[in-house]
Amino acid sequence: MTYACRIDDVPLGEGRVVTLDGQRIAVFRAAGGWYALDAACPHMGGPLADGIVCDRAVICPLHDRRYDLQTGEPLGAGDPVAVHAVEVRGDQVFVRVSTREAVAA
Amino acid sequence: MSESVVIVGGGIAGQAVCEALRERDPDAAITLVCGEVSAPYDRVRLSEILVSGEDPETLQLRPGEWYADHDVELLLGRWVTSVDTDDGRLELDDGAELTFDKLVLATGSQALMPPIAGIDLPGVHPFRGPQDCEAIRAAAAGGAQHAAVIGGGLLGLEAARGIAAQGCAVTVIHLLDRLMERQLDAGAASLLAPALAELDIAIEFDRNTTAIIGPEHATGLHFKGGDRLGADLVVVSVGIRPEVKLARAIGVECDRGIVVDDAMRTSIPGVLAVGECAQHRGLVYGLVAPIHDQARVAAATLVDVEAAYLGSVPSAKLKVAGIDLVCAGEAEGDQEAVVTDGAAGIYRKLATRNGRVVGAILLGNTRGSEALVAAVRSGEPIDDPLQALADASLAGPADLPDTAQICDCNGVCKGDLMAAVTEGGCSTPREVMAVTRAGTGCGSCRPAVIEIVAAAAGGLSDEPTYLCPCRKQTREQLAGRIRDDGLESVSDVANACGTGRECGVCKPALAYLVSEVKANRHQEERDARFINDRVHANIQKDGTFSVVPRMYGGVTTPDELRRIADVADKYHVPLVKVTGGQRLDLLGVRKQDLPAIWADLGMPSGHAYAKAVRTVKTCVGTEFCRFGLGDAIGLGIEMEKAWEGLHTPHKVKSGVSGCPRNCAEATIKDIGLVAVEGGWQVRAGGAAGGNVREADILATVETRAEALRVATTFLQYYRENADYKERTYDFIPRIGLQKIREIVLDEKIGAQLRERLQIAKAATKDPWLERDDPYHPRQFSDLDPPETADTAEPHLVGPPAGGER
Ligand code: SRM
Ligand SMILES: Cc1cc2nc3c(=O)[nH]c(=O)nc-3n(C[C@H](O)[C@H](O)[C@H](O)COP(=O)(O)OP(=O)(O)OC[C@H]3O[C@@H](n4cnc5c(N)ncnc54)[C@H](O)[C@@H]3O)c2cc1C
Ligand code: SF4
Ligand code: FES
Repeated sequence: MTYACRIDDVPLGEGRVVTLDGQRIAVFRAAGGWYALDAACPHMGGPLADGIVCDRAVICPLHDRRYDLQTGEPLGAGDPVAVHAVEVRGDQVFVRVSTREAVAA
Repeated sequence: MSESVVIVGGGIAGQAVCEALRERDPDAAITLVCGEVSAPYDRVRLSEILVSGEDPETLQLRPGEWYADHDVELLLGRWVTSVDTDDGRLELDDGAELTFDKLVLATGSQALMPPIAGIDLPGVHPFRGPQDCEAIRAAAAGGAQHAAVIGGGLLGLEAARGIAAQGCAVTVIHLLDRLMERQLDAGAASLLAPALAELDIAIEFDRNTTAIIGPEHATGLHFKGGDRLGADLVVVSVGIRPEVKLARAIGVECDRGIVVDDAMRTSIPGVLAVGECAQHRGLVYGLVAPIHDQARVAAATLVDVEAAYLGSVPSAKLKVAGIDLVCAGEAEGDQEAVVTDGAAGIYRKLATRNGRVVGAILLGNTRGSEALVAAVRSGEPIDDPLQALADASLAGPADLPDTAQICDCNGVCKGDLMAAVTEGGCSTPREVMAVTRAGTGCGSCRPAVIEIVAAAAGGLSDEPTYLCPCRKQTREQLAGRIRDDGLESVSDVANACGTGRECGVCKPALAYLVSEVKANRHQEERDARFINDRVHANIQKDGTFSVVPRMYGGVTTPDELRRIADVADKYHVPLVKVTGGQRLDLLGVRKQDLPAIWADLGMPSGHAYAKAVRTVKTCVGTEFCRFGLGDAIGLGIEMEKAWEGLHTPHKVKSGVSGCPRNCAEATIKDIGLVAVEGGWQVRAGGAAGGNVREADILATVETRAEALRVATTFLQYYRENADYKERTYDFIPRIGLQKIREIVLDEKIGAQLRERLQIAKAATKDPWLERDDPYHPRQFSDLDPPETADTAEPHLVGPPAGGER
């Protein structure tokens, strides 16, 4: 697990990007908990961290594709996005960056 | 054996005591002695009769049979001349004697006639009773050349209106420099005078009348300083004098009026006083509403039930057709919220002291007066008076609580009206008015009564379009909940009426709705907003943003251009482009650079990223063009400044063209103005995007101010009624052009719409100022440490390696 940010760094209901192990990761603070996805939308690279978060999904700001925050699966058409495990310890947020292979498996 | 009660004086007060007492005690022997020859009548409506010339008989508070039915002995045209309170006897002017256990003095008051020379001349009248009314009317309609009304208070103005209505020239002579100084502040008074001028009522201020000129009949007035005014009809309306002669003769303690305690008792046991003759806690009220409260307490005291009258907050409505004016409480407070539209003659004010509502003045637009007057009466604590004004202007009588008093003249609450429909079986406003007597006094509450009865008696059915399919709730329903339940934010709405799910589609729509209903005094929640509205810039395909500063009407200056150029250099802005909206766009800006760029530009946001008022394109117009008919640049700039910062259901683009050659393309704008010979054409619903549609003509008006007014009215109507993401080109066909015209051109509705727009506008703020005061410390930054974020090449998000396009 790698330190990503402090709880207060991400406003409730929004996402922010952090570079971890050379990868750009979008960390989300949803009403139901913390999630992390690859920062770029598999469609055309849209910044998922800038999307609207709702239920347990995020809507890409560029063309409205929707991804499940827990599984990375698209809700509707498209490819999945990589998900990463998140853990909150005290007021700190940690992410385990999964490798691309792990996602493919 | 029940007691015998004699009530002296058959005015509104005498009648009210009579009714309240009969309700409490079916057996009491009640005698009502009326000095006047007619049975108790509604003095308030004399103003109306002066205008209409109706028979004063119609003023009777109760039909003749009522007295027999309720076992009340009514003595007409008889005066009580002396009273022996020890023996419980009194004498009438015809020598007859009556006995009583308890006595109520309801002797009212008389018009105050100042002791100046000529006050007794023929042609000089007070305005108090039916005879005065008839005499004034006869003179005004029958050849008087010029009337003067001395006194610019409520009554004086009503008298002047009655005289003017007979076609007689009239001048109000006022001692001070502003009208109705007891009820109004200077701001409201300054708008009232021109409104009266429109009704042919002239006013002279700072005039101290020293004499009425004769010799046989009034011919004019003489003022301090030597000036004169010709007048062969003079109405004196400078105040009232409580009628305390009888009380003094009896030995009851009197000051200005008959002194009473909280139980309405005078200094002599068994003798009470009610109405305009009474002085309670130092105050004599010249109004009807307090009388009803006093009468109820007096009736309780008469039957030995403890009750207390604690005083009234005075409130008044000016009964002059064509002028809407309601005021209550004090004209000034330690904190005040004022909304004013001088051109439309609107002035709305709420005054508070120590956080409690102490006064309201509503001129030109009295919407919500019931709620505001109720707030003044109860001294409601309040944090945001401006918001309260805004809420009131939205609230109809249907939103009022059951306890709100609708008819002041007869003390009828909303609950009484509702009960008449739900329990009393009434189905029309007329029936309800007959049963409750609401609306039968001065009549000013009639529209409210009709609205309440209509709402209680009938339902509405409509084909719904849901704001969000998950919730199956329409925009109107949600707006209603936001208003009624005082919801402040998107999450409040979700908690109050959500399904537990949130699909997200509706979040930005709800964010707009909450802000619109709350007139921008909502609780902002950025997570409900699209990224553009989180950072006040338009997101682009590579995740960077564009920056479009406002250039009012497409006009700029060398200095602005230099700053834009400097910013482009300093921040390595990849592209500077002239937009289709007559301004400049800085494209390819990194999110974290936005605050610094805004600061360096020092220009307000152009809202190019938002569903909001966008540009106002203009052509050169009369400023430079040889064909120009109107000042397109000037009006365009004025319009953009008047609307800047307002969010809308979808973007609103505008244009102002100086002539029908239409170089600003105003006919394909959401709102477009085109100068034509003799005025301005106001258009709406145009577009030339995915859809091309020529804008409909809402109206052709004569002046620039009117054009802006109509356009502004339409804008607010669109803001309040369009579905989210419904452009004007869809909105107008859906609602119907005819209906929109009627609404937008209706003076009253229009004024209300503009007022609400103004209130919403007052709470807008340039979003780019968030550079100094961000919504969140990381509103514009990601989580990487600043060193890496700042030194690294712009972290453009590109397609992931191997990602598909
Ligand atoms: C910058 C500008 C193009 C330019 O370089 O001139 C522009 C750029 C965009 N327009 Fe536009 N429009 C621009 C003038 C126009 C005009 C012309 C005008 O305003 O005079 C039109 C046609 C007039 C109209 O709207 O009726 C126009 C019709 C559209 C439409 C189609 C709207 C429709 O209902 O048919 C869209 C799409 C939408 O709103 O959903 C759109 C959407 C967009 C967006 C915001 C797309 C988006 O959502 O990201 C573009 C942003 C690109 C970017 O990367 O920043 N833009 N767009 C113009 C900005 C004007 C300004 O100063 O604010
Ligand atoms: C033109 C006009 C318009 C008004 N408009 C409004 C308005 O819009 N809103 C509002 O709230 N108020 C208004 N008022 C004020 C309102 O009419 C009075 O506050 C109210 O009528 C006072 O009622 P009262 O019964 O106390 O007194 P009065 O109406 O004066 O009644 C007292 C009665 O007692 C009789 N009386 C006196 N002495 C004796 C005696 N010794 N023996 C027998 N009888 C006696 C008198 O003849 C009189 O009939 C208006 C007044 C006028 C004149
Ligand atoms: S027409 Fe448009 S919306 Fe379009 S590119 Fe030009 S810009 Fe974009
Ligand atoms: S880039 Fe995300 S939906 Fe197109």
